[in-house]
Amino acid sequence: MIVTGKGGVGKTTVAVALGLRAAAEGKRTIVCEVASQENASRMFDHAEVGFHEVEMEENLWSISIDPDESMREYVLLQLKVRAMRDMLFRSRIFNYLAAATPGLKELVTIGKIWELAQLDRKIKKGRKYDLVIVDAPATGHGVGFLQTPRTFANIARVGPIHSQAKQLDRLITDHEHTGTAIVALPEEMPVNESAALERDLRDEVGVAVDRVYLNGLYPERFSKAEAGRLSGLAESEKGAVKAAARAALSEHNRARSQRAQLARLRRRVEAPVKTLPFLFEPDLGPEAARRLSRRLG
Amino acid sequence: MPTLSEVLDGKEICICAGSGGVGKTTTSAAIATGMAAQGLKVCVLTIDPAKRLADSLGLEELGNEARRVDPALFEEQGVEVKGELWAMMLDAKATFDELIARQAPDEESRDRVLDNRIYQQISSALAGSQEYMAMEKLFELHTEGRFDLLVLDTPPTRNALDFLEAPKRLTQFIEGKSLRVFMKPTGLAAKVTGRGVSVALSVFKRIVGFDLLADLAEFFNAFSGMVDGFQARAKRVNKLLADPGTCFLVVCGPQGEPIDEAVYFHRKLVEAKLPFGGVIVNKVHYPADQLRGEPEDLPATLAETLGDEDLARRVAANFSDYRALAERDARNIERLANELSTRTVIRVPYLDEDVHDLAGLAQINRYLFATGEERVAMAAGRA
Repeated sequence: MIVTGKGGVGKTTVAVALGLRAAAEGKRTIVCEVASQENASRMFDHAEVGFHEVEMEENLWSISIDPDESMREYVLLQLKVRAMRDMLFRSRIFNYLAAATPGLKELVTIGKIWELAQLDRKIKKGRKYDLVIVDAPATGHGVGFLQTPRTFANIARVGPIHSQAKQLDRLITDHEHTGTAIVALPEEMPVNESAALERDLRDEVGVAVDRVYLNGLYPERFSKAEAGRLSGLAESEKGAVKAAARAALSEHNRARSQRAQLARLRRRVEAPVKTLPFLFEPDLGPEAARRLSRRLG
Repeated sequence: MPTLSEVLDGKEICICAGSGGVGKTTTSAAIATGMAAQGLKVCVLTIDPAKRLADSLGLEELGNEARRVDPALFEEQGVEVKGELWAMMLDAKATFDELIARQAPDEESRDRVLDNRIYQQISSALAGSQEYMAMEKLFELHTEGRFDLLVLDTPPTRNALDFLEAPKRLTQFIEGKSLRVFMKPTGLAAKVTGRGVSVALSVFKRIVGFDLLADLAEFFNAFSGMVDGFQARAKRVNKLLADPGTCFLVVCGPQGEPIDEAVYFHRKLVEAKLPFGGVIVNKVHYPADQLRGEPEDLPATLAETLGDEDLARRVAANFSDYRALAERDARNIERLANELSTRTVIRVPYLDEDVHDLAGLAQINRYLFATGEERVAMAAGRA
């Protein structure tokens, strides 16, 4: 399951919530972070997990996929001999070439995700997972990360990496086994970008989006008539009553403008849209993710 | 605390930096509009702006060149602008192509680079090339000297660090110092460097295929005539970034994560000896100062005033939710100010409506450019 979207929309929260839900259903699940930001482990107040599979809760594991570590692991799998791998990584020229090859880092990162999803794991004593959830890097420009295998297969026309890149592209576009979700916010820009992302994923990567999660939707706490009465209060009263009336009006206005964005999103994307509530909580911990996970459906 | 106008006084470049999703594009546009309103000729360089924001600035058919925002648009929205506002959307690939055209000694070397598959990949897709080209365009516009102030909206990066290191990384890449020699099988290097290198090369070849290796070699050869030019230029870009006429503003949101990233980014700026101007925190839940310590009888008072207990209960519950967020924001911002040891922390409240037109920008500017007293008054006015 690939969870994607622009920065700051709550991808990690949704990825973890999806993970919790799957784990609760008894599936052995791993959440993979890709940009090495360790947001998932932070959510669980866990120490940094790094490039290790660490259990967060029953059935729920987490790993932070570092491209350099993935590269080391990949080369070892190719060469089979640790000493030879280490010699290679000490070579300046090899490091230089690895850094210079466009997309190689992204490619080995996706390679690691593929490896985690195998029932016959390539690494020794690898655990078998029923579900691998990818907290994909923020889409800065279009679909870069997920497109890497396809791009790479075109640059490297022959050799083992060509066929491996093709294999990874198949993993991403295999709609029977791989799902894709976009996380959006009920605001102008994120709605536009989610619609563009869905289109680019379809046209450029060949990925059909299964679901769009609209995150952070304010509840509709006050009716229009009530808002009218409260705006009278905000004018005439003082102190805490005035402030409380203003806060209620703010909530009402935002909830309303967010409903308009939700309607726009529904019109503009093909995938079904699922809303997730804004949580009025100072810091989102595992409890918040658990509550969201119950709303995922 | 200095006002934003004071922070930007005499500056020629303002770079807005921060992680994704914190309102950088809007903030950059608002700063540019605000400084143009004060009488400067300002150009904002933005990447991928919100379509409606672009529309409102008259940007829709913009390419890789600066265009003036029609002054009539400001008048329509009741915004007074004494100077000029210009804007452009950066096209990284086009900028890179232009740069190659300028640096290439002749047309043949230019085409060799432009046609190379590796070049086509890095110019549009390689992490860092967008950042590098943003710098490049900034440098070009600054050299031309057509504007009093340039405001750069930096590309969304996974990691704030990428953006600072991009120019260096990309020049090192293009340099390909050690590599070009090694690439020639009969070259001197093959004889003197011995087995280590040839093993490394052969393993690399085994993994990525000969094809790709040949393309890489071709790429470096094609670039060979331009390396010095690129190096010299990158040096001048770096110098410009560190110049006292440049000002970095860190943009963030009030939640824990964006604050952590702002702290981290500030540390990187300081380490790189780049001029830090201040931090802008967007979407802050403003508490009214006098409301610390909520009156215990608020629900009762509300019920009495409204004559509706159910509504009163909901209003009180909503207020308490907002206060919790406001308190979190205040705590986070205090931590931010301490960690950065800066007095320049500018707060922009979470407005009721999304900002995506000139009127919205003007509304943001009331907060961005507020003086100390105005800030106090506005904070007290909103709850």
